[in-house]
Amino acid sequence: MELHQLTIHELQEKIKKGSVSATQVTESVFSRIDAVEERVHSYIRLMKEEALATAAKADENIKNGNIKPLTGIPIALKDLICTKGITTTCGSHILHNFIPPYNATVIEKLTAAGAVFVGKTNMDEFAMGSSTETSYFGPTRNPWDLERIPGGSSGGSATAVAADECIASIGSDTGGSIRQPAALCGIVGMKPTYGRVSRFGLIAFASSLDQIGPFTKDVEDCAIMMNVLAGFDSRESTSVPAEVPDYRQFTGRDIKGWRIGIPKEYFVEGIDPEVNAAIKKAISVIEQNGGQCVDITLPHTQYCLAVYYIIAPAEACSNLARYDGVRYGFRANDVRDLLDMYKKTRMQGFGAEVKRRIMIGTYALSAGYYDAYYKKASQVRALIKRDFEKAFKNCDVILTPTTPTPAFKIGEKTDNPLQMYLSDIFTISTNLAGIPGISIPCGFTSGGLPIGMQFLSSHFEEGKLIQIASAYEKSAKIEKRRPSL
Amino acid sequence: MEFETVIGLEVHAQMLTDTKIFCGCSTKFGGAPNSHTCPVCLGMPGVLPVLNKKVVEYAMRMALATNCEINKSCSFARKNYFYPDLPKGYQISQYAYPLAEHGYVFLNVNGEQAKIGITRIHMEEDAGKLMHDEHNPSSYVDLNRTGVPLIEIVSEPDMRSSEEAADYLKRLHEILVYLEICDGNMEEGSFRCDANISIRPKGQKEFGTRTELKNMNSFRNVQRALDYEIKRQQYLVENGGTVIQETRLWDDAQGATNSMRSKEEAHDYRYFPDPDLVPILVDDAWVAKIRKDLPELPLTKRERFVKDYRIPAYDAGVLTADKALANYYEEVVMFCSQPKAASNWIMGDVMRFLNEEKRDIRQCPITAKSLADMIRLIDEGAISGKMAKEIVEDIYKTGKTPQTIIKEKGLVQITDEGELIKSITSIIKANPNQLADYRGGKEKLFGFFVGQVMKATHGKANPQLVNELLKKMLAGQ
Repeated sequence: MELHQLTIHELQEKIKKGSVSATQVTESVFSRIDAVEERVHSYIRLMKEEALATAAKADENIKNGNIKPLTGIPIALKDLICTKGITTTCGSHILHNFIPPYNATVIEKLTAAGAVFVGKTNMDEFAMGSSTETSYFGPTRNPWDLERIPGGSSGGSATAVAADECIASIGSDTGGSIRQPAALCGIVGMKPTYGRVSRFGLIAFASSLDQIGPFTKDVEDCAIMMNVLAGFDSRESTSVPAEVPDYRQFTGRDIKGWRIGIPKEYFVEGIDPEVNAAIKKAISVIEQNGGQCVDITLPHTQYCLAVYYIIAPAEACSNLARYDGVRYGFRANDVRDLLDMYKKTRMQGFGAEVKRRIMIGTYALSAGYYDAYYKKASQVRALIKRDFEKAFKNCDVILTPTTPTPAFKIGEKTDNPLQMYLSDIFTISTNLAGIPGISIPCGFTSGGLPIGMQFLSSHFEEGKLIQIASAYEKSAKIEKRRPSL
Repeated sequence: MEFETVIGLEVHAQMLTDTKIFCGCSTKFGGAPNSHTCPVCLGMPGVLPVLNKKVVEYAMRMALATNCEINKSCSFARKNYFYPDLPKGYQISQYAYPLAEHGYVFLNVNGEQAKIGITRIHMEEDAGKLMHDEHNPSSYVDLNRTGVPLIEIVSEPDMRSSEEAADYLKRLHEILVYLEICDGNMEEGSFRCDANISIRPKGQKEFGTRTELKNMNSFRNVQRALDYEIKRQQYLVENGGTVIQETRLWDDAQGATNSMRSKEEAHDYRYFPDPDLVPILVDDAWVAKIRKDLPELPLTKRERFVKDYRIPAYDAGVLTADKALANYYEEVVMFCSQPKAASNWIMGDVMRFLNEEKRDIRQCPITAKSLADMIRLIDEGAISGKMAKEIVEDIYKTGKTPQTIIKEKGLVQITDEGELIKSITSIIKANPNQLADYRGGKEKLFGFFVGQVMKATHGKANPQLVNELLKKMLAGQ
């Protein structure tokens, strides 16, 4: 096995033993990038020089016995996490040259944990999309089939892990942007509870839904990453000062006697038969492990998509108002006056999907429409939240497919936004309710495309997700395949 | 037709916190452009606001001082509009759930009391400033003021004249300064006011169409703008026109208001709850604590001065208009126990000196102790009122105590009867004609003798004693 193919915990052991150096690991990752990046396009910007410098420092620390949870581990960052002195583009023309003057809280945490940053990964523009096709920097391709999309919006962070172009990565999930690409790329992706991981320095799409989380090669690594990322941040008002457990303690535990909620609303027509079969098979594995599956209902599920596509664009149209060409980023040339500068800057700076959502959001908040749209959506959101509260009285975790279909072809849905939006149908409710979710691989289609399964739990019960995901991972023995690139 | 004016005011007051409302930057006025900024107040991508608790407490003080009910829960909303001085493209303000509502203040205009309702008080952040290059077609943005905390105080449309409006503003201003939550500086924009004004035929219940007036940066201009607008609206209506709903700007030089934008051009601010901030929960204990720490307010102080010091309401009004002045007065009274004399000296000479140099009482070189000592010396007869006039000016100029000045200038009053009798005797001898005339009934000549005595004693004679002795001696007793 090549070093870049290993997990965090496998590399950590080797690093602790002294059998490999951080520099070797980093070099291995960059040689892999050299080999496949041209075809996959995971990254918007690579940070080779910085990475090698960090790795060299990490090796010093290792020599002195100063080894942190991520010392010498190459990590990729979705390009909407602010990195001081390093361009942070959000996949957009309007921020193509934006260099943040400060670091996001998660960057500080990852740095303190010894991480080596590989680069900034590609994404749908402003995280708006489910395929990474709306990026100003061109699409990312699914390593399992280069004709297909990797999912989105954190597509580059998912492919970087799946194609071994890093060991783990950071993404953000507003309506499924971590879990959906994780499922379509055959890796583990977690969206933590809203308020669990600091959003400070995460360029906002929809503030009440956004949450940062990790992509990893297995569940153990997910726990390691969560140990680093989770925790209260006084710089964020919606951060929650809840105690952070050691997530690694949940791996390897059994799930005997657990009640697994199977929501009937998530098993409807339109699910790909192979996805359905894989989930059914996964359910039987869970049952063999002592989990008891119970039927539950989440009655407001049918409204999730509609609610999401009012709340998220409404918040987005306000969050994106600051990109006006006045202080940073792109500014249009040849403008007559202030209004002309605004119009041309935003017309040329934003892509079609971003403009569509700004318009939807602006409309939903307009005088005379607010009550019918935004206010109503907020009320229904409360009902969706209550659905989950009720459901979790009856079960420990909820199990659903992560996506209704495996990865679709590039260009297949770009002309049909509604079809595109439907690919997030199983992941959106989680963000509306603020609860955590994890997607883990549960098999392949006959065509060799990964299939993902999603577990959901109550607020701040990420430990439960890690426990059941780890138990499943150990007993399901999903074939260890690698994309043939 | 006789018209009635209806005025409602929106006052923005800058809170005197050290740091901004949602970040740790300084709120100091001035400073090199953009030197008091950070990623948060610059609205950089990815930043988040964290509320400064002190702003809530300051706003609560004002709410309690104006008899508002403080809501148990309130929250922030985003007011969305594009402008270069607004880096986020939205202002964080309060909309559906303000901090406080349903308050009132009392006015007293021309001896008539009026109760003006306060609709709401809410917190928000200030915007930055644009500076336009006079020689080039470019503008510059200074974001030092961005994120400086403001409260907005919205009145009911309860005012019926520009005098009431001006008095209402003065009352609010006075309270804010008393509470030490706002410096009240109108020129620097720490205290700003917009007005909504309409007219209606006397007796009509429905409001007329209102205009909103902006850009009035002094009490005087508020009153001038309102007076102009009242006349403008009346002229329109009387000549068959109609008032249209619009925003108008006061032009100080022109002495007129000009249309800025019509109702149709008004912004749709698309308010919605700010998802980056959580609701503020205010419990009874917190309110009680803020209430307990409230200082005595101007109105209460005024009433107490009249009652305890037995000074006229007018004096009390002048002395309490500024808390520092009121404190100074009380200190003087404490040292000399002569409330009316203290009031007279402060309102007279002391304030005249200060006004001449545009200083305020905090910069007054006459300490309360010195002024009190001087008042006591007059009372004890050690110096005359006339001498005191000279002395007080010297204290103001030199900061010396009255005792020192009296000693240095030899200003001690002659109260020795024997010495005065000697002096009067020789004056009577030297002016036999005047004496005869006086005794013959020309009583006006009494003043002539007083003047002569004062002249002979270089003004140091105790006037009361001179009067007494002269009366007796001129009568030949």
